[in-house]
Amino acid sequence: MAKKELEILLKATKISKSFGDFVANQNIDISIAKGQIHALLGENGAGKSTLVKIFYGVLQPDSGLIEINNQKVSITSPNVARKNGIGMVFQHFSLFPALTVAENILIALDKKIKFNKVVNEITKLSKEWELFVDPLKLVSELSVGEKQRVEIIRCLMQNPSLLIMDEPTSVLTPQEIKNLFKILKRLASSGCSILYISHKLEEIIELADEVTILKSGKSIASINAKKTTTNFLAETMVGKKITELKKAIKSKSKKIAFEVKNLDKLKDHEFGISLTNINLQVNYGEILGVAGIAGNGQVELMEILSGEINCEDNDQILLDKIPIGTTNINERRKLGIETIPEERTFHATVPNLTLSENTFLTYFFKYSNTKSWITNLLNNPQNSLDESKKIIKNNDVRCPETNPLASQLSGGNLQKFILGRSLANNPKVAIFSQPTWGVDIGAATAIRQKLLDLSQSGKAVILISQDLEEIFELSNKICVINEGVLSEIFDVREITATDVGLLMGGKNRENQQMEPIK
Amino acid sequence: MEALILTIIATSIPLLLAATGELIAEKSGILNLGVEGMMLSGAVGALGAVLWLENPYYGIIAGALSGVLMASIFSVFTINFMTNQVATGLGLTIFATGLTGLAGAPLVGKTIPSLPKIEIFLLADIPIIGSILFKQDFVAYLSIAIIIFISFFLKYSKSGIILRAVGDDHQSAHSVGYPVKKIRWYASCFGGMCAGIGGAYIPLVLTPHWSEGMTAGRGWIALALVVFASWIPWRIIVGALIFGGITIAQLVGQARGWPIPSQLLSMMPYLATIIALTMISGRLSKNNSVVPSSLGKPFFGSQ
Amino acid sequence: MITFIPRDKVSKNWIIIAPILSIVFTIFFGLLIFTFLGYNPLETLYQIFVSPFSRIDRISDILVKACPLIIIGTGLMLCFKSNVWNIGAEGQFIMGALLAGFIALSFPNIETKFFLLITISAGFVGGALWAFIPAILKTKLNVNEILVSLMLVYVAMLFIDFIVRGPLRDPMSFGFPLSKPYPEGALINKIPFPGIGFLGQLHYGILFVFLLVPVAWIFVNKTLGGFKINVLGSAPQAAKFAGFKRNSIIITVLLLSGGLAGVAGVIEVSANIGQLQPEVSFGYGFTAIIVAFLGRLSPVGILFAGIIIATVKLGADNAQMTMGIPKVVTGLFEGILLFFLLTGETLQKYKIKWSEGK
Repeated sequence: MAKKELEILLKATKISKSFGDFVANQNIDISIAKGQIHALLGENGAGKSTLVKIFYGVLQPDSGLIEINNQKVSITSPNVARKNGIGMVFQHFSLFPALTVAENILIALDKKIKFNKVVNEITKLSKEWELFVDPLKLVSELSVGEKQRVEIIRCLMQNPSLLIMDEPTSVLTPQEIKNLFKILKRLASSGCSILYISHKLEEIIELADEVTILKSGKSIASINAKKTTTNFLAETMVGKKITELKKAIKSKSKKIAFEVKNLDKLKDHEFGISLTNINLQVNYGEILGVAGIAGNGQVELMEILSGEINCEDNDQILLDKIPIGTTNINERRKLGIETIPEERTFHATVPNLTLSENTFLTYFFKYSNTKSWITNLLNNPQNSLDESKKIIKNNDVRCPETNPLASQLSGGNLQKFILGRSLANNPKVAIFSQPTWGVDIGAATAIRQKLLDLSQSGKAVILISQDLEEIFELSNKICVINEGVLSEIFDVREITATDVGLLMGGKNRENQQMEPIK
Repeated sequence: MEALILTIIATSIPLLLAATGELIAEKSGILNLGVEGMMLSGAVGALGAVLWLENPYYGIIAGALSGVLMASIFSVFTINFMTNQVATGLGLTIFATGLTGLAGAPLVGKTIPSLPKIEIFLLADIPIIGSILFKQDFVAYLSIAIIIFISFFLKYSKSGIILRAVGDDHQSAHSVGYPVKKIRWYASCFGGMCAGIGGAYIPLVLTPHWSEGMTAGRGWIALALVVFASWIPWRIIVGALIFGGITIAQLVGQARGWPIPSQLLSMMPYLATIIALTMISGRLSKNNSVVPSSLGKPFFGSQ
Repeated sequence: MITFIPRDKVSKNWIIIAPILSIVFTIFFGLLIFTFLGYNPLETLYQIFVSPFSRIDRISDILVKACPLIIIGTGLMLCFKSNVWNIGAEGQFIMGALLAGFIALSFPNIETKFFLLITISAGFVGGALWAFIPAILKTKLNVNEILVSLMLVYVAMLFIDFIVRGPLRDPMSFGFPLSKPYPEGALINKIPFPGIGFLGQLHYGILFVFLLVPVAWIFVNKTLGGFKINVLGSAPQAAKFAGFKRNSIIITVLLLSGGLAGVAGVIEVSANIGQLQPEVSFGYGFTAIIVAFLGRLSPVGILFAGIIIATVKLGADNAQMTMGIPKVVTGLFEGILLFFLLTGETLQKYKIKWSEGK
């Protein structure tokens, strides 16, 4: 194999790291050649982020050895990592919104440099690599794609010999991804190694030279990425055959279930997004997918669809043609609209309460019609315990003990619980935001199947997701949200991923030729 | 008139210093509600030092050190043990009230010499302006120097930008490789130092003897001043002078026998604080980028 | 280097151990400071922690002192649980006492004890109104409640001073700033014990505490209202998701805590003073903050915490009389105690790990 002829840049042996009882990395071996694009593949929680944080000095390993250019190094801080030529682009950016681009870059530089010179160098680099940003803009005013460019420029300023990228494409449109890959390949050919973390298989095959697969904190394989298939990678990563989703034949009704008309909502704080003229409708028996990059108004849209915030005008939202725009979230629950916000802990659940109490959180209103006034005043522990037990059983929620705290559940199990809690209310309309975000494949498949089943049984579903694959896999109709504006709704058979990608980036579908991304 | 302006300036200097120190701490993400306590410690420290060493300048140093000591206690708990900053700050004020009461008991009834005025050559001879601006004591000059310094520090120096970055997003600051806890310790101690000197100024210039709780809520007003100034240093000068003016106005009113009960006049600084906060907060809630995003949140380190 | 590792679940024992350990640490550091400042540590320790228990009437005085602390602390518990920082209970206490006093003095001849129901209600209203100011400013204009409620303490202190020296001053008080004495109907009597007589100052006001603690316990643990407060305090977004109205919860807890502080004010004045004077509170409103935390924001905990802190307060009075230690020294203990209690909260959520290296 070609690998042996290559010079090794970074070699890590037997890296281990645990947090309390949880073992994040266990005896991981990996070596990255010079100029190589090396992918690190694994499910959520497989230990990818921990490993690269160790390489970048954010975390210290419990044991293990790291060599760079055959010299043993101990990377005690990101400063040391940068001195050793390692740069990193974080998944959840490490930028400071209240500072300008140039200030952000300035404080990450280890050498002494004047502010004006930083601005000049940014301009120079951004031209050279086609990473256009305005150095004097506040980071809070940038789009997600621009923020990533800032992070990349910040790394390039240091002339890195190894660039670590943690899930860089999860926030990009397909077009932006293409551009990014171009840059990465150019970087690699100029001699810079790239460690590329992802759980997306196609990307890895397209981009990487070699791929190391992590599973439950262990490195289980290192494979030549040019000579493998997505299926092989997937099965190695998950360790078992992946169950396919069962899509039954549609029995679509033409009856409109839920409708939003000419909805405007000004942002209520500076970092928020204003919603402009939102129109959407979803029929019974149908899944409407709302695609879009995170931070384009999904949170704001969700708040107003759920009823956490009321519309100004009652006619702006209709359920079965009846205006409900000014009803609150509990009144909508009673009408049969169930929502799940994006944030699992602290929004959909309270981490330091038990599951039965978390059941009560969205369940208590059921008493108000049926029982005496005194029952309405109480927090009914027994009823919610019974209800929560049912939810746990019906949705295969794995708990460490009976009635644990929400914080004791893994992400996937907590999400199954949240979904089950909504389904237990037997909704007519279900509006779910990012239901499989950060969830392991097993739970994600189960959750997706539930959504399909729900629409099969004649309910209307709105699925807000930034996972394009998921949108295409589940939806009958698709629309895109970009900067608080919702596109028109397309039938899934009439639109391609490229079109959706363009809409996600704010381009019209008609105007399909690629402009240089500014 | 000239004397009036001088007293207004003198009254506003403790507020100015304490608020400036707190501003730096808050910019780094530390909300220290113990300013009142740190000022009290500065006051008692200064009194003790001057009585012992008989030189008012030692009072400034002792005040600064006492303030830093109190800020260190606060920092150990909030930064290292990650306790709730609001509750710990309250605790610090309660603690310092007790401690200074104890330490100040032997000082009751003793009077200290006041801090001398320093005339700046020639400039001090300018009519009116000269005696107002260039015939001040050391702390007055120092406080203006500190304000000018931190304005530039926050805006143009790399360390200043890093300080703001830590207050903006401590997790990112940690990822980029800055020692969040250490930087907060420095900022918090700077806040303590300023509050301590501000507290020391009270016995050194305003009332030269000890009484329990002699800061009379100035620490709390200083906290309000930071909000009033929307975290912009030079605006603290304006705010402090306004509050100094209100405080003096009520004293003048009492002295001249205005037909308003003295207690109602004495309420003015406190009511003015509430009014100022109300006016500013409405605006801040719309434009919240000036408030450091990590303010008051404990930093747990990285997972 | 110390690192903190999150615990999955709070250890049950720790909930009890933490406050006890905090008290032990507090005593240790308190003594250290006393020694440093030149006081005899053992005698101080005796005066502050043991002497209050030396006679039966002193023990009953602990209850008398604990009474306002527990009442105010219970109200503050509701605020702190929902993450509302009312630190102006001192002012609410004063305004409650003042409004009740005004009503009591308006009926100089009333004798029936049922009148107490009116004065106590007036106290509740007075305190609640004072707390309504930060409540409305916080919910409508997003003004920080900490600073507003605190500023209002100073305003209330000056206001009662003005009232007692001005409009409500007793012309027969020989120039002292005192109101007329309350009518019989507005006074809370001492409790007579058959065969013993009175036990120190122990009065019927203590009954209110015994009523309040169970009611508060039921409210916090068994009702929807208590649940709402809990959710808002731990996850405001989740409260929104559940359809709880943030603003009305905030206003309610502030009104309740202000009202309870006001009631404490009425009981204190009606039982122990019998007329209005410029100083009615002696810092109960601030001390109650510590009581609420020491009681771990639970009604039963606050009952015990009130008794412990009252002991220290009485002990400090004794220490002042016998050793000349200023009684503000209780603040010293309260402050240190709060520091360690808060540290205990951290250690409840995190395990400490000592690791080698930097």
